Amino acid sequence: MQKKVLLGNEAIARGAYEADCRVAVAYPGTPSTEILEAIARDYRNIKAQWSPNEKVALEVVAGSSVAGARSLAAMKHVGLNVAADPLFTFSYTGVNGGMVIINADDPGAWSSQNEQDNRHYARAAKLPMIEPSSPAEAKEFTKLAFEISEDFDRAVIVRITTRIAHSQGLVLLEDRVEAPLKPFVRNPQKYVMIPAHARPRHRFIEEQMVKLREYSNRSVLNRIEWGGKKRGIITNGVAYQYVKEVCPDDSVLKIGFIWPLPDERIKEFADSVEELYVVEECDPFIEDFVRGLGYRPIGKEVVPILGELTPEIVDMALNKKKPANTIPAYTSSVPGRPPALCKGCPHGFVFEVLKKLDVVVNGDIGCYTLAVLPPYSAMHTQGCMGASVSMHHGFELARGEEMARNSVAVIGDSTFIHSGITPLIDIVYNRGTGTVIILDNRVTAMTGHQDNPATGRTLMGEPTHELDFEQLARAIGVRRVVKVDPKDMETFERVVREEVAAPEPSVIISLRKCILTK
Amino acid sequence: MTNVIFAGVGGQGVILASKILMEAAKNAGHDVKESEVHGMAQRGGSVDCHVRYGDLVYSPLIEKGTADYVVSLELLESLRKLEYLSDSGTLIVNNFQVAPAPVEAGLEKYPDDIKEWLAASVRKCHVVELESVLKEVGNRRALNIVMLGILSRFLEFGMEDWKKAIESQVKEKFIKMNLLAFSRGRELSI
Repeated sequence: MQKKVLLGNEAIARGAYEADCRVAVAYPGTPSTEILEAIARDYRNIKAQWSPNEKVALEVVAGSSVAGARSLAAMKHVGLNVAADPLFTFSYTGVNGGMVIINADDPGAWSSQNEQDNRHYARAAKLPMIEPSSPAEAKEFTKLAFEISEDFDRAVIVRITTRIAHSQGLVLLEDRVEAPLKPFVRNPQKYVMIPAHARPRHRFIEEQMVKLREYSNRSVLNRIEWGGKKRGIITNGVAYQYVKEVCPDDSVLKIGFIWPLPDERIKEFADSVEELYVVEECDPFIEDFVRGLGYRPIGKEVVPILGELTPEIVDMALNKKKPANTIPAYTSSVPGRPPALCKGCPHGFVFEVLKKLDVVVNGDIGCYTLAVLPPYSAMHTQGCMGASVSMHHGFELARGEEMARNSVAVIGDSTFIHSGITPLIDIVYNRGTGTVIILDNRVTAMTGHQDNPATGRTLMGEPTHELDFEQLARAIGVRRVVKVDPKDMETFERVVREEVAAPEPSVIISLRKCILTK
Repeated sequence: MTNVIFAGVGGQGVILASKILMEAAKNAGHDVKESEVHGMAQRGGSVDCHVRYGDLVYSPLIEKGTADYVVSLELLESLRKLEYLSDSGTLIVNNFQVAPAPVEAGLEKYPDDIKEWLAASVRKCHVVELESVLKEVGNRRALNIVMLGILSRFLEFGMEDWKKAIESQVKEKFIKMNLLAFSRGRELSI
């Protein structure tokens, strides 16, 4: 058997391949993007695609699963918010072919708008969740997730974090084991969730969760590594690696089965050690559960709830040791190196004009969010995918048309397709008069240049229909649609002045290719 | 256990250098782990990679104060990684400046005493000048491989191991150029 150095995300792709996953769908989002890229590049037998957003991705995968194929959806943590609607109800319908959801959390918010802990979703949606601690485990756990899914009729969430997704390690390559397409049997009691069907399905999934807790107690994913009994540490994910590094002599309960948590295994461990610790990133998810079992572990009072953990943070928390060298501190101030828009970036022209016009800018998610920083400092609100357009309308409702004459929404092409279309319908339907600028750089740039429905190419590299923003806006009912090259800043400025002044909805398509596009 | 940090600016090829080191370590029978940063860092931000190899590696991140080598492809970036260096560790820095956005915008100043300060403050410190080497190699983008070549003088792997690792990680048409870049780095007097 060959071992290969793989990125955590590549290891997940490999796991999907070895498990004979047949359909894989995602919307790009750091730190999850490379999973689908690796599948499309290395495992061409899997039907892989970018969906317009995570909700669609999860629903497509639910369809493939019910139709009998092992299927996988991948998304970043905030993507699961978008997909939460299907998540909660497809929890009731269960699966046919194994269904796996890869969820990538981002403690430290390296490239995200928040640090939410998606372990809570497993509990809330009543779905099993497992979490690897290394690229090698990422592959193994992905394979196992398909088996658990089929054995218990549940979609399985595999939670990773940035330090698993974007870390490399040795991964054992094994052969693919065939998992033939399962027959699709029409079964509306299982697959159509009218209330009369949902109620008995709820009973079924509660029963399954009891069985899954028993499974979790037996599972090798929850492993006790006995050391000294003076101190016992319960830990999960990449934090396990830091604990092993800085406390090599203590006993460790490594939690790989995040939900349902193994109550019996935890009691066995807790009863055997003098002092009990829980070391986990983000929220006290395990800690609260352990407290619920009647124990008093030391957790968040010493392990930070903010940011990601590191070996030195864990060393400080557990050993009161502050690792350091004796090199003196540098005397002058070290200028920071924040990310910035590239030289010649088309967004730069847009924000230079918006800064000059001094309008309120409702921004969105993408490279162009960097315009909030100097030298532009030209973005005033931003929250989640598509919110530029809807918040822009909210500004008008709150402060009247005068506000609409002095503000714009700014949203990238892929983000507009993801979640900007429905709020544009909202503006037109509710007689708003706002101005939406679509920054059409012909690619999903921020996450590393992925194709999208407007680029004319699929993830697999096939030519496809190019979504036409102008026709789309007109069909929605926007009469004022202007397409303009932002590099011609004089024209661009005139267009923005005119459209902002117009007492009806406008869409400005700012069309210029990303400077990094070859 | 050997701990190496590569530091630089987005686009300098820090990840490729790490990947080649990992490959060499793997081929020599070591366990190996690495951690890198994607996303925002690609937009001209600071970039680093932690590489660790030995009999059994747990953490993909190097603990502060324990790096055996810090290899910085840019002058200023070396300062950000100094807290990772162990007291017996070696610092290798390319004497090349890339102005951060706040400096370009005139809001902050690029310090002008880094080289001298490093020489006075870090026991094992090599600030290298690579202009002539890069001219000879004929491709400035091979900077990462030249720096890897310099690092290789301190590590246990032989030239054949490195050659194999490089060949496995770069495109066929760039192998020759990269091998030249690596050799020039390995032979550089520092």
